[in-house]
Amino acid sequence: MSGEGAGPLVEFEGVTVAYRRGRRWTPAVRGVDLRIDAGVTYGLVGESGSGKSTLALALLQVLPPNGRVIEGTIRYRGRALDRLSAAARRTEFHRRVALVPQDPLPSLNPARTVGRQIEEVVDPSGRAGGGARGRALAMLEAVGMADPERVARAYPHQLSGGMQQRVLIAMALAGEPDLLVLDEPTTNLDVTTEVTILDLVRELVRDRDTAVLYVSHSLGVVAELCDRVAVLYAGELVEDASTRALFARPRHPYTQGLFDSVPRLGTTRRLVALRPIPGRIPAPTALPVGCVFAPRCPIAIDACRRAQPPLEPAGDGAVRCIRWREIEAGEADPHQAAPPSRVAATAERVDAVLDVVELRKHFLLRRSLAELVAGVPQRAVRAVEDISLTVRRGHTLGLVGESGSGKSTTARAIVGLDPASAGAIHVVGQQVDRVLERRPAIAIRQLQMVFQSSDEALNPYRTVGAALRRPFRRLAGLSRAEAGDRVRRLLQDVQLTADYAGRRPAELSGGEKQRVAIARAFAAEPEVLVFDESVSGLDVSVQAAILNLVSSLQEERGTGYLFISHDLAVVSFLADYVTVVYLGRVMESGPADRVLQPPYHPYTEALLSAIPLLEPGAERSHVRLEGEVPSPVDTPAGCPFHTRCPRVLGEICRTEAPPWRPAGDDHGVYCHIPLEELSAVQVPALRSERREGGGGGKGDRG
Amino acid sequence: MLFTSLLIFLITQALPGDVARILLGREASQHAIDQLRAQLGLDRPLPVQYLTWLADFVKGNWGTSFSTGQPVRALVLSRLVNSLQLAGLTLVIAVPTAVAMGVIAALYEESWIDTLISLLSLSVVGLPEFITGLVLIQVFSFRLGWLPANSSIAPGTGFFAALPYLVLPALTATLVLLAYVARLTRASMLVELNRPYVRTAVLKGVRWRRVVVSHVLRNALLPTITVIAISFGWLISGLIVVENVFNYPGLGRLLTFAIARRDIPLIQAVALVAVLGFALANLVADILYAAFNPRITLR
Repeated sequence: MSGEGAGPLVEFEGVTVAYRRGRRWTPAVRGVDLRIDAGVTYGLVGESGSGKSTLALALLQVLPPNGRVIEGTIRYRGRALDRLSAAARRTEFHRRVALVPQDPLPSLNPARTVGRQIEEVVDPSGRAGGGARGRALAMLEAVGMADPERVARAYPHQLSGGMQQRVLIAMALAGEPDLLVLDEPTTNLDVTTEVTILDLVRELVRDRDTAVLYVSHSLGVVAELCDRVAVLYAGELVEDASTRALFARPRHPYTQGLFDSVPRLGTTRRLVALRPIPGRIPAPTALPVGCVFAPRCPIAIDACRRAQPPLEPAGDGAVRCIRWREIEAGEADPHQAAPPSRVAATAERVDAVLDVVELRKHFLLRRSLAELVAGVPQRAVRAVEDISLTVRRGHTLGLVGESGSGKSTTARAIVGLDPASAGAIHVVGQQVDRVLERRPAIAIRQLQMVFQSSDEALNPYRTVGAALRRPFRRLAGLSRAEAGDRVRRLLQDVQLTADYAGRRPAELSGGEKQRVAIARAFAAEPEVLVFDESVSGLDVSVQAAILNLVSSLQEERGTGYLFISHDLAVVSFLADYVTVVYLGRVMESGPADRVLQPPYHPYTEALLSAIPLLEPGAERSHVRLEGEVPSPVDTPAGCPFHTRCPRVLGEICRTEAPPWRPAGDDHGVYCHIPLEELSAVQVPALRSERREGGGGGKGDRG
Repeated sequence: MLFTSLLIFLITQALPGDVARILLGREASQHAIDQLRAQLGLDRPLPVQYLTWLADFVKGNWGTSFSTGQPVRALVLSRLVNSLQLAGLTLVIAVPTAVAMGVIAALYEESWIDTLISLLSLSVVGLPEFITGLVLIQVFSFRLGWLPANSSIAPGTGFFAALPYLVLPALTATLVLLAYVARLTRASMLVELNRPYVRTAVLKGVRWRRVVVSHVLRNALLPTITVIAISFGWLISGLIVVENVFNYPGLGRLLTFAIARRDIPLIQAVALVAVLGFALANLVADILYAAFNPRITLR
């Protein structure tokens, strides 16, 4: 990529940004030095609370009213931004930069058409005539809209999330900016959409000498896109390096910790345990003396806790660690201690604890009065269509699919919250009613669920202890004292201290809440536990700890898991069996290592090749899914995937339901394409990843 | 609507005092009272009375006033016209002022001008209408002599002839609405100003004034439009105190007059017209809201 010789476009010099709470100003970002050259794609990585979005908004001069740069200078083309007059800021800065935010919908004016909003970039005063329109349409076409005219006439809420994000990209690039800031632009999108958006950004930026600041929590996305990476932790810049150097050998223990927390495709818990970073990010009001990372650092020494380390030049960048030379020389080991990895789970056929046969969930749509009179037949949303699955004792079944695939509906139907329309559910060999209220107490105890958001699952007014005592008292009929005893042991099992029993959900961090939710589910001593996206909202270092916890609890107790996630890497880490669903139907299922190997269902192949890898410059497969997931009201006839399938054969896919093609060991796919042909496909990046067996990102490939 | 008509009917039936006895006076003989009750149809069962009344109302036969002997319909309609004039003028004065105050207060949040507007509007809203009304009369009629203090216009006066008489009552009603609408506008402006789309517009390099006028205002005024439309219903029949202070012949004063005399046909007609006004105002509010909000489609 270009980038040499143009000189600094943006310079941060000792920038401290603070937010006012009451009368006090609390810094969220402290003393950041950073230089972004023209044409360079810069990644800004950090977990929640690192201050990465704050830094981006400070650069763009659009901090919320209670935020301010209280120290240091931000320069754009050598001019200090805080000294610009309002008019100069508008015409000489804001018209030259652009932002693509995380949430597209609130960033668009709900009362104006998309076309008019894009025109305004080209023509901010609204005086020019027809030229702006043409430019808007051209931009919409450039971001891959099939029908730019229609999109231009639409209001933002009429578009899907992926299309809204494309509109914002079109808007951002319509003014041909020098600097494009992307703030987690794909975090709320499906992987298959994310990968097309990343392709688009890469392609649109390549020829224009546009500098990019890409803010993200995901190292994988940054590796795919960026020339350089800056890592933020607790408001401080801890490491800055070229992507290649950073991924080859991180110099800061925090960066190393991030790498070790991310589950990689093909590494399962049976092979290695993840290495989470212990503890949590300090609150901006309670920063430690000395290095901010010292309390969580595996190699912290006394000197680290005495004084804040300076940002020292290192290699092609800089690092804020007094021991970076030792780390680089291999004399200090920045890896967190690995928890003992248990190798267990024989391939023996253990008995099923949950058996679901041809589960179906249809939601009937209400007809309008006119439709009722005209005799239009009532239509149904076919959210789940004949899904069968089996969870075995001590084993995990992963259920993967994009949003709209019916994963969560399946989970809720199995536990009986939204009863299924048809199908049989067996819990430990006993068929149970589809409706939760009609199930015997023992079946309810045996089948428990952990939700995605523990905020919704935990009553904010009850203490953790009270929430955990309830299942013991109700389902196990224990006395108060006995129950209290069990609560203490349970908290210990999820690695929380006994004093957590007295706290309320608001006093807990996201990871702690999820631990409590897991403890609550285990209180009933279930045989089967359903996890519905239970780790999706967590930062990677916390997610790693929860995944390890969930894994070791299964080893100890032999509970069967149904683990639902959109993240194939997480699922492949935890699961022994994987079922891939699309539009409420099974596409592929089998043992995890077999599903990740050819023969692939074309949908699985697309999911796999969309996952960002931790290898800059890795050779990537280019399977991309076009368009949107069809509405489950009008499910396509034949194979439900045929409208987006890159390998569609022709008429047969559109008219006939695909046959089950068994590939041995319970593995099989629903596809018209013969197995031999599907076996010939390899997802190249996955192949290299698997050979490495889950070691650090070496970055020497490509 | 049907339900409220039933409610109005039942409430007026439950009013204390027998109509016939009130009409004929304390000394009337029982025979005369019974005769009058039969003549008025008051001796029939309640459901029959209700249905007859409702059918007559729909047909436009609103009966005769017990106390004045005039046809109710003509009386109510002429007062309705007066009330509509007053309500219209009030809105013309109140809405631009209140919206401007709210917008300015929001744009200069927490500055002296915001504090001043809040103080002014809140102190005025705390005062009852008969006080503000009297103060206005004191200043504009007695001290300055610009406007008449008594607004008892004759029936059939044209709008422009009536205008001088309308100004003071309208101002008084405005003061009641002003604080409410201004506070609401300020609050929704502040919400909209902090939405990310404002940031998007700023980053396009759009002038701040243009951001406010063409992006923020339209979204911020949605709740205000609803409230204004609904308050129109209140202005038509709820200005009882204001109309009494100024002796203005609107629906509100007609209602107090009718209630004081147990004039049931008149009470029922005024109440039903008032409810109709409220319902229409609500409908208009919903339609306006939908028209200005592309997220809602009318079906």
